[in-house]
Amino acid sequence: MRKHTIVALVQDRPGVLSRVAGLVRRRGYNIESLAVGHSEQPGVSRMTIVVESDHVEQVVKQLYRLIEVIKVSDVTTDPTVEREMVVLKLHAPAAARHEVVSMCGVFDAKIVDVGTSTMIVEMTGTPAKVENFIEVVRPYGIKEMMRTGRIAMVRGARGHNASEYVESAGPNGATVPTLN
Amino acid sequence: MSETRTGAQIMCEALIREGVEVMFGIPGGAIMPFYYAMWEYRDQLRHVLCRHEQGAGHAAEGYARATGRLGVCIGTSGPGVTNLVTPIADAMMDSTPILAICGQVGSHVLGKDAFQETDITGITMPITKHNYLVKDVNDLAYVFKEAIHIATTGRPGPVLIDITKDAMQKATVPNWDQKLNLPGYKPTYAPNRKQVREAIKLLLSAQKPLIIAGNGVIMAGASEELRHFAEQLRIPVITTLHGIGSFPEDHPLSLGMPGMHGWVHCNRAIQECDVLFNIGGRFDDRVTGKASTFAPNARVIHVDIDPSEIGKNVKVAVPIVGDARLTLQALLEELPEREALAELHAHASDWMEHIRDMQDKHQGKQQYVNRANTEHMALPPHDVYEKLNRALALRGNYRVVTDVGQHQMWAAQLLDWNAGPRTHITSGGAGTMGFAVPASLGVAIAHPNDTIWAIVGDGGFQMTNQEMATIMQEGIKNIKVAVINNGYLGMVRQWQELFENKRYSGTPLSGPNFARLAEAYGWKGLTVEHADQVQAAIDEAHATDGPVLVDFRVEREVNVFPMVPQNKSIGEMIITEADA
Ligand SMILES: Cc1ncc(C[n+]2csc(CCOP(=O)(O)OP(=O)(O)O)c2C)c(N)n1
Ligand SMILES: [Mg+2]
Repeated sequence: MRKHTIVALVQDRPGVLSRVAGLVRRRGYNIESLAVGHSEQPGVSRMTIVVESDHVEQVVKQLYRLIEVIKVSDVTTDPTVEREMVVLKLHAPAAARHEVVSMCGVFDAKIVDVGTSTMIVEMTGTPAKVENFIEVVRPYGIKEMMRTGRIAMVRGARGHNASEYVESAGPNGATVPTLN
Repeated sequence: MSETRTGAQIMCEALIREGVEVMFGIPGGAIMPFYYAMWEYRDQLRHVLCRHEQGAGHAAEGYARATGRLGVCIGTSGPGVTNLVTPIADAMMDSTPILAICGQVGSHVLGKDAFQETDITGITMPITKHNYLVKDVNDLAYVFKEAIHIATTGRPGPVLIDITKDAMQKATVPNWDQKLNLPGYKPTYAPNRKQVREAIKLLLSAQKPLIIAGNGVIMAGASEELRHFAEQLRIPVITTLHGIGSFPEDHPLSLGMPGMHGWVHCNRAIQECDVLFNIGGRFDDRVTGKASTFAPNARVIHVDIDPSEIGKNVKVAVPIVGDARLTLQALLEELPEREALAELHAHASDWMEHIRDMQDKHQGKQQYVNRANTEHMALPPHDVYEKLNRALALRGNYRVVTDVGQHQMWAAQLLDWNAGPRTHITSGGAGTMGFAVPASLGVAIAHPNDTIWAIVGDGGFQMTNQEMATIMQEGIKNIKVAVINNGYLGMVRQWQELFENKRYSGTPLSGPNFARLAEAYGWKGLTVEHADQVQAAIDEAHATDGPVLVDFRVEREVNVFPMVPQNKSIGEMIITEADA
């Protein structure tokens, strides 16, 4: 099955994340990652969903059935900037430290914590580069790993500004209830 | 000039503002504030006390399907609302606009496993068009407005509002003028004109064109437009189970029902057609059989208000997203001059002749009731339908509600559906046994001057028949129930007979004396054991000014034919007992 990167603008209401996740699951598609956060418009969140599916247009159409989903785009073949962050706790006793530090330098990774036998490093890049970095440091011993999942943004003038879709919001968004 | 109102009063006024007149429900702890307020509004808002929340939900569905208006049902937190789950799922599958109003425990104990706390918004997320949990009295006026808007527009469906007890009890000044804030919900009604012209181009090129009409035609009120369109192009029309009533079966262009228990000539026509125009149907697998073998020669035009239906099950050449009525109007406007239709008309008439030949060969409707082996039977089920069919035609102003099983398929096959939209009401997508009796309650309240026949199996009847008490208490007189009593979960038994070596595992079924049960509820109860008695019983039911149940004790092991075995192509039908 092909992997697709879908970017969705959704109304920021309680439960919207479980609606999206539940829908993708029950329609039989696998979510590889899902990242969500505020967009440039108050009341609107932006999600990046990576799904495995041979029928991505069905995923997109089904997502549109959700009342709170405003705009969905499959950006898999669009020119995008894709980023992911990984935070790793590495086994790094004094003897290995120097090597780990220089490896971090090569990948532009930041060392954010140093313990007696461990180091926490943070690295941001394309998902492929993140993958690559993880493989390179794996031999030192990964004690903990946390990845954010992919976020994607379409390059250039294309893409969607969230404020285009909230014409009914009052002057400062105050007149419409947010249902929190 | 709004004054302070309690949340519960706001709920009542919101419903009244949206034109709601009747609600079906059962009270309980968490929803009591709503019932308290309801008392003040009882002249405008009729509350029908059901005997089970499932009954309340189906009654709301019956009301909605018989009218096109919103049906409303009510349950209290915990078991009250979980009992609503089945009708909500049923309404989701059949795109029925209902609003489920649920009481929830107080917001201060929410999430603490309080007495009768259930996460009903979590439970119903996949089976509602949308749902809400309201904890703040200030949100109620807006949420009711938005919820009803969502339930009744676009592709209709069930919407649930779960309201904490304290939100109903607290008071506020309601703001009724808040604008809807739904940037992601903009149903498309008007079709794209370019697509409409593409559809016409494709239809004009057809030699064997076919129309399939589904529920969307009924919901959009597009029957007149459909008739004009079919007549203008002279294209034969197939009506799905939920399309029944959208196109009169006595029309020369009507072919009848397709699918698993559809007519042979309908399924063959689908397999042979070169252009298939489906309006308001969703290519359910009971229609398509094995989808990859469905209509192999056809280029498909699919009109649906829900874009996600297009291309979901069947490959589509011309997709049109829109309301069935507006789309048919646009198609009619874009039709070329009569001369340009001449070629299509010529092809269509040959094609029609061919289909009618197939129909004659494989039995037309009334001859074909698989009666070859029925002579020895005291009461073949077919006799009931034949007599009822005639009696209804003579009587007029009737609606038929069916349950799920063999009796449902016989009703779809053997009754003549000429009485227009919303006269055939059944549970299709979900196939919910127990639907018919409570749904008929909603239909009867919506149409007090019509005769409402609920046709139900002995299995389904025993799931929800307690609503006979509700019908009695409400003084409803226009409901007649026909139990097609075969002593089996008949449809399952049929599959066991045909595909599982007659292992009648869990299908033989007994029951009480249904006529005496009806009498116990204060109804008139009749029992029919012989074909000779059918007519008299139907006449007596019609002559009685009150609810009547007729227990038709039909021959036990009779099958519904024709039949397409599950997952087979609709080209491979079992036509009669002899092929099985
Ligand atoms: C609630 C529910 N449970 C089980 C089924 C599975 N089912 C489909 S048809 C059928 C038999 C129905 O029996 P009956 O009501 O007597 O009708 P008949 O087929 O005999 O006419 C069953 C059990 C169902 N559709 N709905
Ligand atoms: Mg039965």
